[in-house]
Amino acid sequence: MHSFGYRANALLTFAVTILALMCAMASLSDNFNSPTPSAQVQVLNINWFQKQPNGNDEVSMTLNISADLQSLFTWNTKQVFVFLAAEYETPKNSLNQISLWDGIIPSKEHAKFWIHTSNKYRFIDQGSNLRGKEYNLTMHWHVMPKTGKMFADKIVMPGYRLPQEYR
Amino acid sequence: MGWIGESVDSIKSLQIRQVLTQAVSLGMIVTSALIIWKALMCITGSESPVVVVLSGSMEPGFKRGDILFLHMSKDPIRAGEIVVFNVDGREIPIVHRVIKVHEREDTGEVDVLTKGDNNYGDDRLLYAHGQLWLQRHHIMGRAVGFLPYVGWVTIIMTEKPIIKYILIGALGLLVITSKD
Repeated sequence: MHSFGYRANALLTFAVTILALMCAMASLSDNFNSPTPSAQVQVLNINWFQKQPNGNDEVSMTLNISADLQSLFTWNTKQVFVFLAAEYETPKNSLNQISLWDGIIPSKEHAKFWIHTSNKYRFIDQGSNLRGKEYNLTMHWHVMPKTGKMFADKIVMPGYRLPQEYR
Repeated sequence: MGWIGESVDSIKSLQIRQVLTQAVSLGMIVTSALIIWKALMCITGSESPVVVVLSGSMEPGFKRGDILFLHMSKDPIRAGEIVVFNVDGREIPIVHRVIKVHEREDTGEVDVLTKGDNNYGDDRLLYAHGQLWLQRHHIMGRAVGFLPYVGWVTIIMTEKPIIKYILIGALGLLVITSKD
């Protein structure tokens, strides 16, 4: 009854239970955080805008992104993945989401940033619908915890418009 | 001579009962594990509700040996979600992030492009030859939760099968020899 095996088993079970409980509590504690992030994006320049030989429109642009995501960080946050997506509708597609830029924020100190960049991923439409197209730029973020549930949210910035002519 | 026969009978019956109890308790362990797994499959709607990260392509978010909990709901797939997908001709599922989504107006079908956070380029090189987009049926689930390090147990067991056999042997021995 009081052999080494039984004691080791009881200790191990207890340790794993406590560890699991602590992980669950750390994950639940994230719910008490009510973040107030902010973001601004300017399209500084359309570098070029053309139709590919296969008929799809492609645009290259220079962006100025500034954001303050410090309030997303809690003690259970490992990193925040943030990306900027262009979102628009076309006659064929009810939703197009194209990631233009993304970044990994490793800590709270880096969560207030300002970046001047051209689009990191190619902005290509499925078809030729981009001339004069109105689109939203949406800042999405995914909070990756040290353990537990992942959180995601976004800020939609409407009212951007692509030029009427290729250039 | 009567009492010898009686004691032999009692020993025999005792052993049979003990063996039976052990067989039943072993069966309970196996079946309860199976029940938990199948219940998870029903709740999450994904054919493999828990996956172990095998590559470093999502570092520093997910490292090798971390466990992901998957969920497969009817909700449409959106950019930024971390999905687990199977590519035709590849056995091992891949865990990567969605960076582009095109959803059809009429049918609601989606074209999805993925990329690993730690990879330089998108996943078109990993897809089947000539495949440009993932469709809904390639996707097994989206990651909703995360548990670090625990997956190392399975990685070690698949890469060093000896340890697995030693562990199974030791557990079997324990079950056979234990008396409670």
